[in-house]
Amino acid sequence: MKEYLFLFRGGDVHSGKLSPEQNQAHMQKWMQWMGGLQEKGQLGGAQPLNTSGKQITGNKKVITDGPFMEGKEMVGGYLMCKANSYDHAVEVAMGCPILDFEDGKVEVREIQELKM
Amino acid sequence: MVSVLTKIFGTENLETAEDVVQQTFLDAINIWKLKGIPDNPSAWLFRVAKNKAIDIIRRNKFSVQYDFNDNERKLLTSEYSLAVTMDSFFKEELVKDDMLLMMFACCHPGISEENQITLILKILCGFSTAEIAKAFLTSEDTVSKRLYRTKEFFREHKIKLEIPSVHELESRTGAVLNAIYLLFNEGYNSTNSNDLIREDLIEEAMMLCKLLTENKHTQLPEVYALMALMCFHTSRSNSRLTAEGEIILLKDQDRNKWDRQLIQRGYEFMDIASFGKYVTSYHVEAAIACEHCTAKSFEDTNWKRILEYYEWMCRFYPSPIKELNKVVAVMQVHGAAVALQAFEKIQDKKKLETFYIYHSIHGEIYLKLNQLSEAKIYFGKALQLTQSERERTTLKDKISKIDAMKN
Repeated sequence: MKEYLFLFRGGDVHSGKLSPEQNQAHMQKWMQWMGGLQEKGQLGGAQPLNTSGKQITGNKKVITDGPFMEGKEMVGGYLMCKANSYDHAVEVAMGCPILDFEDGKVEVREIQELKM
Repeated sequence: MVSVLTKIFGTENLETAEDVVQQTFLDAINIWKLKGIPDNPSAWLFRVAKNKAIDIIRRNKFSVQYDFNDNERKLLTSEYSLAVTMDSFFKEELVKDDMLLMMFACCHPGISEENQITLILKILCGFSTAEIAKAFLTSEDTVSKRLYRTKEFFREHKIKLEIPSVHELESRTGAVLNAIYLLFNEGYNSTNSNDLIREDLIEEAMMLCKLLTENKHTQLPEVYALMALMCFHTSRSNSRLTAEGEIILLKDQDRNKWDRQLIQRGYEFMDIASFGKYVTSYHVEAAIACEHCTAKSFEDTNWKRILEYYEWMCRFYPSPIKELNKVVAVMQVHGAAVALQAFEKIQDKKKLETFYIYHSIHGEIYLKLNQLSEAKIYFGKALQLTQSERERTTLKDKISKIDAMKN
């Protein structure tokens, strides 16, 4: 088993455009999807992120607001999970409800084991 | 509500669950006072409790106090699934199941009987510490200590809210039934209170037992038998006391006042109970109660059959109390002389010495045999042992009658 990070972009789930009923129905899907992962022992953790943020840059530690980018380009949330391979991880990511939206994106990244 | 919240926070955090409920009710009092009672008060309460629970989860996500490793609870740690998962915890049809699970947790074999009942009354029936103390004639201090000890037990052992596995189910359900039975008995024949019948306790006992009959895992024959037993006994409640609350003996009860509907329900439960593969003491006790309910009058009662039931009971579930009950039946079938013999044969009399009914029956036998001074001695002993005002009055009556007969 390897560990993977899913980064979510786009999708109306983070934009607040959905009506309360739509939102409720949509969040139901998240629960089911994550519940399935949990039952298989694959779920690490997941959280949505606020759109506002801060950045600290370089050894001078310059603090700026941001990132400012188009909503659908911004990381809106993450999920950690376990999977056997990239293929397996992608298969898992396919079930993500963010893909119900046309501009929803899941970026699948394997956690790197640092060889020391 | 406490049951649901306990499922969310874990039995080790029972107190958190109780706090949430208390806070919710405080909110209700404050807000309803200003805005009036909402259309659906219970939905309002559950919504408020749910939001409070969500707040607590958010605040304590990184705390070790809560164990989020459980499948269902893990989903509470992510904002993606928190609200919806919380909703599903609060689904109405699940609330009843949670109460059932809570019942099993309360009757965990590691908890003593009296602590089990105390906890059930507190958590499932919503009794206050003072009410429990009153029901069992102990101090509030004692009740608090019992609750504290049980909660400690939960904290240490992290008892899960679950239906016991199949091979444990019978014995664990037995423990639950025992607690319900004790609760019912306390209500039906209150030893510690001025009211001889505590309808609140009876109602709670029947409500809890009904929960067991509604869940497919716990639909065991003995559950139905206990239900039948309670129906038969409760059907007589209205005729057992005079308007002043004095006790009326079975012999003198107005049988028209018996609740036919409850008796009918008793029959129905009895029917289902008899489908089982085995017979429990609840079955036989229900059968005895059923005989009493069926009889048109005291004289009409089929005492012979009742005696047979008691003999069966004494053989398979021997206890001094059952022997004592048998003596009463013997007296009806064979007369007082034989009853006295049976009385003297009771094993383990010591256990009964502190039990007022034991002496009261002893006195009754002597009264029938017209040995008045002996009768008076035993009624006197009984009088010293009961704390119930009503029973005392009945006994005092008997003694003064004997005095009158003597003169």
